[in-house]
Amino acid sequence: MSQSERDVTQTETPSLVRNLSTGYDSPVSLNNEVADVETTKPSSAASTPGLFGSLLFEQSCDAEHIEDQNSESFVSDLNLDIIVSAIVAGQRDPGFVAKHFYNQLHDIQEVYSRQEIFRDLEDQTLLKALKDFAQNILQVDIHAQQIEKMQNHYQKEGWFLDEVAIYCEAISVLSARLNSCNLRSKRLNAFRNYLSDYVSSDEFVCLNIETNNLKKILADIKYSIRIKGLKVEVRRYEGESDYSAEVDKTFERFKQGAVKDYQIFYPGRPGMNHVGTRILELLARLFSTEFCALDDYCLQHVGFFDENIRRFERELRFYVAYIEYISPIRLAGLRFCYPEVSQESKEIFANDTFDLALANKLVSTRTPVISNDFYLKGLERVLVISGPNQGGKTTFARTFGQLHHFASIGCPVPGTSARLFLFDKIYTHFEQEEDPANMNGKLEDDLVRIHDVFEKATTNSIIIMNEIFTSTTLNDARCLGTKIMERVIELDLLCVYVTFIDEIASLGETIVSMKSTIVPENPSERTYKVVRGPADGLAYALAIAEKYHLTYDLMRKRIIS
Amino acid sequence: MKAHLLYAQHDFDFDGELPPNSQDLIQDLGLSTLFESMAQGDKFILDVSKRVMLTSLTDSEEITYRQHILADCIAYPEMARRLYEITVTSVRAKKGLWGHRSSHFPSSILSGAVRELEMFVGLLKQLRVLADGFVGQVHSDGFVTLFRSLQTDLDDEYFATIDRHLKRLRFQDGVLMSAELYKDNSGTNYILRSPLDIKLGWKERIGIGPRSSYTFAIPSRDEAGANALSDLVNRGLNTVANATAQSADHIESYFSMLRSELGFYIGCLNLKEQLQEMNQPTCFPVPIAWNNVELTFTELRDASLALRAQGPIVGNDIDAAGNMLILITGANSGGKSTFLRSVGLAQLMMQCGMFVTAESYRANVSTGIFTHFIREEDASMRSGRLDEELLRMSTITDQLTSHSIVFFNESFAATNEREGSEIARQIVRALLDAHVKVLFVTHQFDFAESFCNRQNGNVALFLRAERDADGHRNFRLVKREPLPTSYGEDLYNKVFLSSSNPN
Repeated sequence: MSQSERDVTQTETPSLVRNLSTGYDSPVSLNNEVADVETTKPSSAASTPGLFGSLLFEQSCDAEHIEDQNSESFVSDLNLDIIVSAIVAGQRDPGFVAKHFYNQLHDIQEVYSRQEIFRDLEDQTLLKALKDFAQNILQVDIHAQQIEKMQNHYQKEGWFLDEVAIYCEAISVLSARLNSCNLRSKRLNAFRNYLSDYVSSDEFVCLNIETNNLKKILADIKYSIRIKGLKVEVRRYEGESDYSAEVDKTFERFKQGAVKDYQIFYPGRPGMNHVGTRILELLARLFSTEFCALDDYCLQHVGFFDENIRRFERELRFYVAYIEYISPIRLAGLRFCYPEVSQESKEIFANDTFDLALANKLVSTRTPVISNDFYLKGLERVLVISGPNQGGKTTFARTFGQLHHFASIGCPVPGTSARLFLFDKIYTHFEQEEDPANMNGKLEDDLVRIHDVFEKATTNSIIIMNEIFTSTTLNDARCLGTKIMERVIELDLLCVYVTFIDEIASLGETIVSMKSTIVPENPSERTYKVVRGPADGLAYALAIAEKYHLTYDLMRKRIIS
Repeated sequence: MKAHLLYAQHDFDFDGELPPNSQDLIQDLGLSTLFESMAQGDKFILDVSKRVMLTSLTDSEEITYRQHILADCIAYPEMARRLYEITVTSVRAKKGLWGHRSSHFPSSILSGAVRELEMFVGLLKQLRVLADGFVGQVHSDGFVTLFRSLQTDLDDEYFATIDRHLKRLRFQDGVLMSAELYKDNSGTNYILRSPLDIKLGWKERIGIGPRSSYTFAIPSRDEAGANALSDLVNRGLNTVANATAQSADHIESYFSMLRSELGFYIGCLNLKEQLQEMNQPTCFPVPIAWNNVELTFTELRDASLALRAQGPIVGNDIDAAGNMLILITGANSGGKSTFLRSVGLAQLMMQCGMFVTAESYRANVSTGIFTHFIREEDASMRSGRLDEELLRMSTITDQLTSHSIVFFNESFAATNEREGSEIARQIVRALLDAHVKVLFVTHQFDFAESFCNRQNGNVALFLRAERDADGHRNFRLVKREPLPTSYGEDLYNKVFLSSSNPN
C-alpha cells in the first residue's frame, strides 16, 4: 500500500480527537439565561502570583454573592427596570449584567474604582479594543458549540484550529492595543499586566506560533475537481485559468454601476455531505503530511482558554453595556459626569441633569431633552416639587432617584457636574394605579406602605414620594402630608416630595420649594423644566419663533455657509 | 459604455429619493401641469422628467451640456424618438423572457442569462446602425460621444467574440474547477477553470509514483449523492453564472439608463411642441455662476399657466442684477403670485437644462430652490397655522445653504401684522446675511417697509402690482416701493359694484 493510500478514518486517530468536544469548557451560554459557569470552576489564577482579580469588586469573590434587588419598588418607580432592560438588551448573558446594575454599593472606594474604569473607557481607542475583543471571544465560543454538532473528523479539527486562531489573535491584539493605551484605573492596569505576562509566557507563544503555521499550511492547499456525469476526479491544482474572469472581461465595457450579486450564498457550515466527506478523505491522502500535522496539533491543545481572561471578558460587559446605552444620548449633545460621592455631607447638587429613561426614548425620536438643575445647601434636605401638571414634576423626582442609584453603582450620571450622597437605601412611594372601588383601602394601604418606609429608613436613606394622598380630601391630605414631612425633617434625611399641597413647601427651613413651569401661551406644551422661583413668559410670537429656531440669531447658526 | 446624456461625467441617479423640497415645489409652482404636458400620458416619461426637473443642477457648464443635447433633439426629433424606441423594446423583450433572477441554482441563472444576452446583442446591433447614420449630423458633446463609443465599442469583431462565448457557456463536456480548504476543511472558493490537457508522469502511469489524482463515482441509485454532486457543480458555476448574469444586467441597465436619460429629452420635445402650438415664446436661458447676483428677463410667463390658459397671457420684464431681495407688494389679484411662480418655474427649468418660457432669461444658478407659500387649505385651523408655517420654514432652513433662493408667498401672515412682520423680518434678515436670495410677496407693510432704508439699500428691489387710473389691473409689475395699504378695497369695489352697476 502506497503512502497516499493510507487509511485515514476516525478509527486510526483514536479517541483523543473525539474528546475535543468535551475535553474543555465550551458551553458559555449565548442565550438569556444566567450562566454560572465561572462559579463552578476553581480559578486557575489562584496559583499564579500577582494575579488579576475582578473588574467589579475589590475582592473577586464578592461578585458571586450579590443580592437580586430588581423586585423592590424603587426599581419600577424610578423606571430603573426600563433603563436596565434597555442597557442589557442585546448583551451576552443579560441576567448576569442586569444583576450588577441593581446592586448598589456602600463603599466610596468601590464606587470610585468603577468610576476610574469608566473614565479610562472614555478613551475610544481603548473602548474599541475591548469591544473588538469581546466580539472575538464570542466567535471563539460559537466555534466551540459548532464543533459539537460536526460529524467529520477533519472538519472538527479544522474548526478547532480556527477557534484557537481567533483566540490567539484576540489575545495578542488586545494586549498590544492595551499597551498603547494610557490606563489610570488600578483594575485595568492589573489586567494589562496579567495579560502581558500571559502573552509572553512560553505556553501562549508556542500555541500562537503552532496555530499560525498550521493555518498557513492548510490554506496553501489548492486542488481541482473535475465533474462529468456522476464521475468525480480530485487532483492537485495545475494552474488552469479562471473562466469567469474571461466572461467578465468580454462584457466589461458595459459595466454601469453596482448590479445585483447573483452568487448564491451557500450556507450549511458547519456541516458536510457525504460527497464532501469523500473528497476530504481523498484530499487527506493527496496531502497526507499536512493532515497528520493537524491531528497532532489538536491532541496537544485541548484546554487552551485562560480562566482569568474569561472572567475579565464577562465582567467587562457591565461597563460596555452602560457605555453603549448612554452613547447615543451623548451624541445627541447631552452630558454625563462622574459625581463626587459622600457619606458625610448632604450638600448635594447636579447641573443639567435629566431622566435617563426619558432621554433614551426622546433621543431615538430626535426629540429635544430638557435638563434641570438642583442643589441643597447648608441644612437644606428636602425638595418639595409643586406646580402645574404635565410640567415634569414626576420626571424630576425620578431623575433625582436615578442619579443617586447610578452614582451608587459607580456609573457616570446625567449632568455636567454633580455631588451626590452615598445612601444606605432608596425608598420610593409613587402613586399606584387607582382602583375606584377601593378608595378607603387605598389610603390605608398608602399609610401602611409609608409606615414601613419610616420603620426602616435611617438618616442616611433617601425617600422619594410622588403625589401621595391624592385619594383623600384636601384637608386630610394637608394634615397627613404635614405629619409625614415632620418625620422627614426629624430624620434629617434627603427627600424629594412631589405634591399639590402648597403648604408643605413652607413647613421648615430645611425645605426647598421648586416649581414646574409651562409656556403660558401654549399650555399644552410640556417644558419639563423645574426651577426654584416663578416662571416667566415670553411674548408669544417670538417664543414660538424660538421654538422653531427661527429667530435671527438661531437661524444664522443653522444656515451652512 | 455609458449613456451620459444628463451629465458629461456620470449617471443620473434615478433611484434616489426626490429632494426633500420636491413636494412643496410641485404644489407651490404648479409643476403637475408641466409634467403632464411633458409625459403626454407616458408614466415613465412623467416620472423621469419629474426627477430630472426636481434635481437642480448648480453648475452652469452642466446646464449648457444639457441645453446642447436638447438642441440636437429639437433639430432631429426623429433620431431622438427612434433611439428611445430601441430602449423601450429592450425593456419589453426582457419582460418576455423566462427570468433567471430568482433561481437558487447557478446553472439556471446561467442559462437564463445566456438567453438574455442573445436578445440584447440583437438590439445593440440596431443601436450601432443608428449611430453610424447620425454621428455626422449631431453637434452636442453628449450625442457625439455616445455615437462614437457605440461605433468603437461595438465593432463587428466584438460581436463575433460574444457569440463564441455564448456557445461555450453551455458546458457540454463537464466542468473543471479549483477549490481551497475553508477553515473547517470543507471546500471553498470554487473557481471554474478553462481545462488544460493534463498528462500523467510515466512513473504514475505505471503505478509506482505518488498518485496525483483520485477518482470516485456516485452510484446511480444514490439520489442524495447525485444531488450533492449537482450542488457541487452549481458551486463551481457560481462565479461564472454571476459574471454572465451581471453582464446581462449591465447591458440591461445600459439600455435602461439610456431610456431614462432620453426620456427627459423626449419630455422636453413634447412640451416644446405644445408651447409652439400656443405661440408661447421659448428660449434657452443664460446661466451665470452661483457667486454672482443676476436676474434679468424679458417677456417671462408662467409656463404652467401658459399651458392651462385659453387666451394670451401677460409677460413681465425685470432687471434685478445685484438684488438679493425682491419684495413684491400691491394690489390683490394683480399678478403677484403668478409673477412669483413664473420666476420660480423658470429658475427650476433653467437649472435642469431646459428652455424657459420667456424671450430672454439670464440668472445666476442657485444652490437650492425653495418655496414657502401660504397654504389655502390651512385657513380654517387658525390656531395651528402659524405653527405649521414656522414648521415648514424650519424644515426649509435645515436644507438651506448660502446662495440658495427662497420664494415666499404671503408667509407669516397668520398672526397680527406687528408680530408677523417681526417674525418675517428676522427670518429674511438672517437669510440675506447668509447670502440667500429672497423673493417675497407680502401684504405686511410694516415688514416690507423696514427694507426700504437698510444701510446698504441697493440690496432690495421693490415691485408693485399696479393699477391703471381707472382701477383696472394689467398684471404687469412695476418697480415701486410698498404702499401702506393693499388694494382689497378695489377688489371689493370691482366684484360688488361692477356686478350691480353695469355702467
